[in-house]
Amino acid sequence: MTQALLFKDIDEPGLNTIGVYEARGGYEQLRRALRELTPEAVLGELETSNLRGRGGAGFQMGKKVSFLPKGSMDKYVVCNADESEPGTFKDRELMQKCPHMLIEGIVIASYAAGANRAFIYIRGEYVHQADILDAALAEARAAGFVGEDILGSGHSLSLVVHRGAGAYICGEETGLLDSLEGKRGNPRLKPPFPANQGLYQGPTLINNVETLSTVPAIMRMGGAQYAELGVQTSTGTKLVSVSGHVQKPGNYEIELGVPSRDIIYGLAGGPPQGRQVKCWFPGGSSSPVLTGEDLDIPYDFDSMAKAGTMLGSGAVIVVDDSTPILDVALKVAKFYRHESCGKCTPCREGTNWTVKMLERIDSGEATPMDIEIMASVQEHIMGNCLCVLGDAMAMPIGSMIAKFRGEFEAHIEQARARNQLVAV
Amino acid sequence: MSAVPRYQHGSRVPGWDEPADLGKDPAEIPDPALTAVPAELRAEIEAHMAKYPDRRSATLPALEAAQRVHGWCSPEAIEQVACVMRLTPAYLAAVATFYDMLETQPVAPHSVYVCTNISCSLCGADELYAAMREAADEAEFNVRSFECLGACDIAPMASVDGVYVGPLSVADIPQLFDDARSGRPVLPDKQLARRLVADPHANSREYALHPAQPGTGPGAARPAADAAPTDAKQEHGA
Repeated sequence: MTQALLFKDIDEPGLNTIGVYEARGGYEQLRRALRELTPEAVLGELETSNLRGRGGAGFQMGKKVSFLPKGSMDKYVVCNADESEPGTFKDRELMQKCPHMLIEGIVIASYAAGANRAFIYIRGEYVHQADILDAALAEARAAGFVGEDILGSGHSLSLVVHRGAGAYICGEETGLLDSLEGKRGNPRLKPPFPANQGLYQGPTLINNVETLSTVPAIMRMGGAQYAELGVQTSTGTKLVSVSGHVQKPGNYEIELGVPSRDIIYGLAGGPPQGRQVKCWFPGGSSSPVLTGEDLDIPYDFDSMAKAGTMLGSGAVIVVDDSTPILDVALKVAKFYRHESCGKCTPCREGTNWTVKMLERIDSGEATPMDIEIMASVQEHIMGNCLCVLGDAMAMPIGSMIAKFRGEFEAHIEQARARNQLVAV
Repeated sequence: MSAVPRYQHGSRVPGWDEPADLGKDPAEIPDPALTAVPAELRAEIEAHMAKYPDRRSATLPALEAAQRVHGWCSPEAIEQVACVMRLTPAYLAAVATFYDMLETQPVAPHSVYVCTNISCSLCGADELYAAMREAADEAEFNVRSFECLGACDIAPMASVDGVYVGPLSVADIPQLFDDARSGRPVLPDKQLARRLVADPHANSREYALHPAQPGTGPGAARPAADAAPTDAKQEHGA
């Protein structure tokens, strides 16, 4: 079924310490890469592996590294550990249990990118995980895997664990960079992309925890063999965080391309006895919802895109038939309203409007025409902001309206009757 | 048509409607000779500043450190950070108001963040949060509903002074408050730190014992993976 790459030995006692990690083959690939391979060769392996970013956008990591300009300017590697997409908790597991794998991945990636400074931006709520990372980093420094002239290779890297302070938008790459520079976490206009002008205006490689943690496994297997795992355009294994109405919520490592049913029913046990899957988010609360009829879609980047949704961060949230769709929509919309940074009008106002309209539907004050207006508000948010936070609300809400319109209309009727409102 | 209560209590922009005294000059970078900063706080902020190429990057860790000392980002706390970092208080206040974990109003000493986002609310977090608000002594506990805390596998959950616990039920609440109050580990059996990975295929030793050789052809590693579940170290109550 699935090969454990990231979750190999994950619950081994003490895996977060350098001794146990090295005994299990840790840092071997760092030694090999820095001593025996050129940065170009490392980059070649990453490109061959076809590894796609695990944070949400699914952009090929090797390509991202290759976009960094050559030259002797200050370059940066930033690890995005601000995991705040609702439903996602895979990076937490990796950082808590196997921090050295992430550090090893960052050092190898920085070698390929020619960067000498790296930062791990971890969300402030992950106190325990940040403490573990700090301790692991101190061990790695003492062992000479991080610092000046690593293992005599001439490559130097300073690595800092930076703690955030609670803002969803700081998971957006340019918002994260602003936050790391000590500002409010407002996203920036793109282009220029971070590969050209990122942190402190320097070329910056920014990748998710899971992506960087996969690097040692790719070096161990070789890019070509890693690319054999999964399906052609979505290679390798992926951590999925399954939550909501399932019997065994948690993180699972799957090979990309398995049927979604195998994840929701096979691994996570499906909804409680006697209930059916009503809808599910395949990639965090920002992804358009799928229904119980879509369970046979293969779980990979392109199949999800073809189904009109996205793999996102790999967070599967399952909603069973006991929950009104309006509750789900309202929860999602309120979250994005709260987290909108307020910089772009369509997002700031659109999220606010959507919440109000959903509340009117809930109280029965809305008319069926309001559903139409709400759907059009979603269309006007999409693509009109600096970042995709607004889109991240518009896409799931739009999909809920499209797929459950009857339920929204029935909800208005029932609420109106219940509250004895008169139709206008 | 009723007015939209947009800028009243509950606004997303805290303090925006508090009147500014335009008669006053804007606060400047505090004078080190006139600003008392606790030595430990100064040392911590300076250590943070030394880690970055640009000292401003230390803003969040510095404000967090000051909040630990003062309980919240009080004007005094902000003034001290501004003094050490050589930034204006206005700049720091602008940053502090952006982030949920930096408190811009006085708060109770213990913070309890209850996740009420989608996964947790599907598992009953709204009822849990209401019961917690009901049970908490406001002078002791700052109980807040919080956005997804990244622990949906233990939903519904809460972060008690930074320690993740779950799945919680209403019956756990008295014990939770008791433990936090007395400084004991909070609900030790329900702490996230003790939870094993749910994946039955995790922890396989197979791969370590028989490393696949690169280039041995498609699917070379797959038979080993098929054998993995039988070798799994942990039983996960399947």
